[in-house]
Amino acid sequence: MVEHRDVRVVYRGGSRINFREPVISNDSRFLLCAAGEFVKVFSTVTEECVHELRGHTDQVTGVLLRPSNHLQVYSCSADGTIRLWDFTDGILIKTYVVGYPIFSIYASPNHNDVVFVVTCVQNDKRAEMFQLVAVRLPRCADQRVDVPDLSAVLSDVSSNPAAVAFGRAGGFLASVKGLQMEIYFFKTSKSSRFFLKEDNKKGGRNTFTCVACHPKDDCVATGHEDGKIRLWRNFNHKKEYTYSILHWHHSAVSAVRFTPEGTNLLSGGVESVLVQWRYNQESQKDFLPRLGAAITHLAVSPDGALFCTSHSDNKITIIQSCVRVSAVIQGLVKGENVRTDLMVDPRSKALVLNGKPGHLQFYSLQRDKLLFNLDVVQQEFIHQSGLEQFQVVRAALDASGSWLATVEERKRDAADLELNLKLWRFDEQTQSFELNTTVAAPHEARITAACFDQAASSRTSTLVTSSRDGRFKAWRLAAPAHTDGDGPSWSCDFVGAYHGLVPGRCCFSADGSLLAVAFREVATVWSAASWELLTTLSQPPGDIRDLCFGRMSGSKYLLGTNENKMLLCWNLLSCSLEWSTSMDVRLLLPDPLSENMAAFCFQDGSTDLFVFGPGEPRPLFSQKAVCSGSVTRAVFAPREAELESCEESSQWLNRSQLYFLTQFMDLLTFSTRAEEEKLMAANKQLVIDDAVAMTPFHLLLGKHRRPEAASGLSAERTPPPHGSPAIKELLQAPAHVLPAASFLCSAFVKSLLVSAAGSSEESRPPEEETESEKEEEESDEETRTRISRPDQESRGARGGREAGGPALTKAQLRELRRIRKLDLGWLAGLMEP
Amino acid sequence: MASFKPTKIPVYPKLGEKITEDTLYWKNYKVPVQIKEFGAVSNIDFSPVAPYNFAVTAFTRIHIYGSFSQEPVKTFTRFKDTAYCGRFRSDGQLLVAGCEDSVVRLFDVSGKVALRMFKGHTKAVHITDFTSDRYQILTGSDDYTCRLWDIPNAVELTSYQEHTDYIRCGVTSKLNRDLFFTGAYDHTLKVFDARTDKSVMSMDHGQPVESLLLYPSEGLLVSAGGRYVKVWDLLKGGQPLVSLKNHHKTITCLALSSNGQRLLSASLDRHVKVYSTTNYKVVHNFDYAAAILSLALAPKDESIVVGMSNSILSIKHRKNPEESKEVTGQQRRRPSYRVFVKGKNYIPKQDDYLVSKSVKQHLAKYDKQLKRFSVSKALDTALETSTRGRKPDIAVAVITELDRRGTLKNALAGRDEEQLSRLLNFLMGNMFDTRFTPILVTAAELILDIYQSVIGQSAVIDRQLIKLQELLEREIDYEKNLLEILGMLDTMFASSLPRKEVPCSGIISGSNGLAQGEASTSRPQLQVT
Repeated sequence: MVEHRDVRVVYRGGSRINFREPVISNDSRFLLCAAGEFVKVFSTVTEECVHELRGHTDQVTGVLLRPSNHLQVYSCSADGTIRLWDFTDGILIKTYVVGYPIFSIYASPNHNDVVFVVTCVQNDKRAEMFQLVAVRLPRCADQRVDVPDLSAVLSDVSSNPAAVAFGRAGGFLASVKGLQMEIYFFKTSKSSRFFLKEDNKKGGRNTFTCVACHPKDDCVATGHEDGKIRLWRNFNHKKEYTYSILHWHHSAVSAVRFTPEGTNLLSGGVESVLVQWRYNQESQKDFLPRLGAAITHLAVSPDGALFCTSHSDNKITIIQSCVRVSAVIQGLVKGENVRTDLMVDPRSKALVLNGKPGHLQFYSLQRDKLLFNLDVVQQEFIHQSGLEQFQVVRAALDASGSWLATVEERKRDAADLELNLKLWRFDEQTQSFELNTTVAAPHEARITAACFDQAASSRTSTLVTSSRDGRFKAWRLAAPAHTDGDGPSWSCDFVGAYHGLVPGRCCFSADGSLLAVAFREVATVWSAASWELLTTLSQPPGDIRDLCFGRMSGSKYLLGTNENKMLLCWNLLSCSLEWSTSMDVRLLLPDPLSENMAAFCFQDGSTDLFVFGPGEPRPLFSQKAVCSGSVTRAVFAPREAELESCEESSQWLNRSQLYFLTQFMDLLTFSTRAEEEKLMAANKQLVIDDAVAMTPFHLLLGKHRRPEAASGLSAERTPPPHGSPAIKELLQAPAHVLPAASFLCSAFVKSLLVSAAGSSEESRPPEEETESEKEEEESDEETRTRISRPDQESRGARGGREAGGPALTKAQLRELRRIRKLDLGWLAGLMEP
Repeated sequence: MASFKPTKIPVYPKLGEKITEDTLYWKNYKVPVQIKEFGAVSNIDFSPVAPYNFAVTAFTRIHIYGSFSQEPVKTFTRFKDTAYCGRFRSDGQLLVAGCEDSVVRLFDVSGKVALRMFKGHTKAVHITDFTSDRYQILTGSDDYTCRLWDIPNAVELTSYQEHTDYIRCGVTSKLNRDLFFTGAYDHTLKVFDARTDKSVMSMDHGQPVESLLLYPSEGLLVSAGGRYVKVWDLLKGGQPLVSLKNHHKTITCLALSSNGQRLLSASLDRHVKVYSTTNYKVVHNFDYAAAILSLALAPKDESIVVGMSNSILSIKHRKNPEESKEVTGQQRRRPSYRVFVKGKNYIPKQDDYLVSKSVKQHLAKYDKQLKRFSVSKALDTALETSTRGRKPDIAVAVITELDRRGTLKNALAGRDEEQLSRLLNFLMGNMFDTRFTPILVTAAELILDIYQSVIGQSAVIDRQLIKLQELLEREIDYEKNLLEILGMLDTMFASSLPRKEVPCSGIISGSNGLAQGEASTSRPQLQVT
């Protein structure tokens, strides 16, 4: 790491957006959700990510609208801080340091400046105990505030954020855990507990899972493991409480929520059906079925117009009042493991891997967005736990991206395996893959590898699948045998075997003339034209784990790794071992755009990366301890634009980028310094446009606003007032914590005067400065600003670097500029007399 | 959100013959018209001129049928004994026929009484034909002679006695008035020129020759005899070109399609085979009810007429392309169509705001029931549609879907005697179809598990179960036999394949003998989707 400072490992997207309940803003325009270390702000209309609120240093565990200001939002994180953000502009307003990892956050309109958080009890012998703590947020102007007073409200609560809810007008608090529900009344500071009997017959199925309180009524709804929803009433009196049971769900209810007016109750569970119950007329239900995956969280917008459901497949669905799905925000689906290899679609440059059961997902690496899901099995998905589903286990794309092969399997019993091989053709008109051929039971046992002939020139590609049944089969596109009118389909061209051994990896040479198949310790090389066994190569002991041909100038080499921790390179011209070296390579990967190979080696609990040319065992680049655990999947993705890095150690990243998945399903990549600088520069120039909804008024007024925006663009190049911490402080602190405007005014003006004097020192008369500012205001003459641009830009860049701390965003700049303009006009008025 | 995905019914590859252009062409005939004649139909001949009537020689009569009437337009009955080989002259005005009583009669097509009688043969005359100049008649007889007669004078011109057995077939050249060809039971074909007094060419067929056919170009001669069809190149001095053996009984008749691209042969084995004349491969096959004695094709292949030994004449007319068009035209005239289409063909203008109507998804009944999770009902519906439409794949697809959903047991349980017996019937019918076996075996096992407690209560079910067991045992025996055969075949293949040494790689020291590879017995396996 030290010697190659210009290449470092970075996280790349694919964070979970269904980790916590999303929040919809008051005007229903934005949706906020925790995504890894960020809070993402999505537009509910366009599904685009508008802002990323960056600042937390650990997993964000909760997002909450500030009850007193609906344009601000609290977020809490496992790093022990609560942060207050302005989400429309994406500005961090304040950081409250609590000091303990926070698991969820709640607030009630009744309690001003108090938030309730769930933290871990640290001192007890019992490891996992959580308590609900009231945090009084101090009012002060500092941006980073330590929170001194924490007062425990409830001990022993569940860490599940759905297990705590505030009652009518914040008057009471309901918390459920295990088989008990505790209701805490703030007025009397007393709590009453209600216990349910454990249902012995089915074993603890009465367990509470979630809770919600009616906004207008003293009623608490709780969801249970067995799919029941209980409505508790009259719980103020401990003895006389009643409850009624609603039962529709067949397994655990994972979320319940009342609509803001309290007329409806929403519930969701593993069935992926959103159920809407009429309050007080519970026999009437509405359903919104087939939402795609199990519902994990439910949220309702404050005006009740939008519902939104989080799903277990990393998806958020926005629903218009239980009628219609209006938007779907889909993140990268990461199951327990990636069965297919990581691939890059040559057309869309998207990462292809298996997603939710029976689907193949196309994920754009550049935009961190799921492009689409290809339904491979084309069957109704049955949401039931314990059901064996069809899984996409292998997928392969040919060189031009016009053919896709998928293998799906379902294991019914120990002996019974259902296998289907499907071949899809890319349809130019619909821009999606269309099923061409289905081969039921292509092999008798599990398919271990599938690969296409990657030669770009050959029009008829060949697919090779190898299976545990000891055979590998070659499939070719055959012309239609009869005049049915349907086009060509794939059929088996050749079945190969070698001494009854089980074939492992197979791969084609770059020109598609040779096929190498590993049979335990032996690598066999076949001619793709005649299917003749040309030669065998072996280096016992140890089964061959990975096999790949060299590319370009190294195409005469065949590289393999084996279980005996050896990396081997055979020369195909002499059919002899060229070199070998001892390393425990878990993954060997050729770069399709260069002759480089990447080898991930597992050593001492972590993974090292070596990049080398096939000709010699000398690494071009090596990095120790890329990540802990072993790397299971990796892929070289071609870059959109080639980098021009001259440093030797990062040259291998010039044309393609290496992405890999760790044991914990984190998608990581290598980033070079040149790339980061480029990215930084691009970020600076990015203009954040307010995502204004397309209303008729916008259509009318948008034209008038545009010149204004243009003036903003030109005026943007005014130098940021670096070195004036007063202004920064003034602008970053929330308005309500600042002293009165009249008090601030003179200090503010003074600070501005100082900055003007400072700039005048840079060989420019002050009159001209003000003049130029005025011109910018009028925005009809741009010549002068254009002249002064390069200088300003350089200063801006320097300023950005010097600032060190949180760099000023565009929005801040704009706000600042607006204030400056106003103040200057006023200043001119003062100076005239 | 997402719509319900209906049960996918897999498309299984169609076994049997592939559909080719020939199949489409030769299948495009209507249901045959069958006419009962008085005896075996020995010859059919089409008139070469416009209405294309055809003369059918059967027993003692010759009927002339119009192209569409099922009743004969004309009948010649003045034969003393069985008539043979009624043939038209090239202008369609005259008809000649031989007879068992050795007299050859010439008729006017419009008349009734014979215009001329040619007497001179001593035995039955099986073959008569006009020469291409229209003034002479060729006859061949069981007295081993073939003769040429002058029509106006009714006198014998020439007689050739070169065959040594019955002469049963013969044709005259359409291009040269002097050439004619005969085939006899002495296995030979002979080419005669009326200008010489001897045969000019002789070919040995190897079997008694039953039928002769001359290509329109007259360069090739086709002969049929025994189970063989042989093609002779006349321009190369009668060199045999090809010998076809596709029938398993004697071939009785040959015909050529109108464009000369296809050759048809009819046989006593009740088949008509169609060969391509380019590669002499069978491209199509017709089946008939009885042994075929005669075959003729109408000009432009408008109809195929076949005469059989059970005295049935079968006429197949080509389907008319206009007729099918007419049917659709009638449908378009229905007023309801316009009602449906009203407003739907409106093309939106540029400024129009399009409000699309959601398309309602059509689901089959069992899919609707599956959508509502009523699994038993869905299975019942699928079984019913399957048995009604003889499409077991629907029921099998639903059973597979139920199994995938993990609810197959629920769907199979709780059935009464009638429902269960229906289910068992379906299983018995389809369990041994290899496409369905895996899933149906699972279903059968489940049924046995569920209903084992009630075995013995119903005689119907018990009987069916016993039958199922029998079927199963038979299938197991069958599989065992197949495996044995497979083993035998494998040894045969292994011994017949040449052993090929694989070039051995340079082995690094310490390697074992694994690299000493040999080519595995790999045979290409074709699999259709």
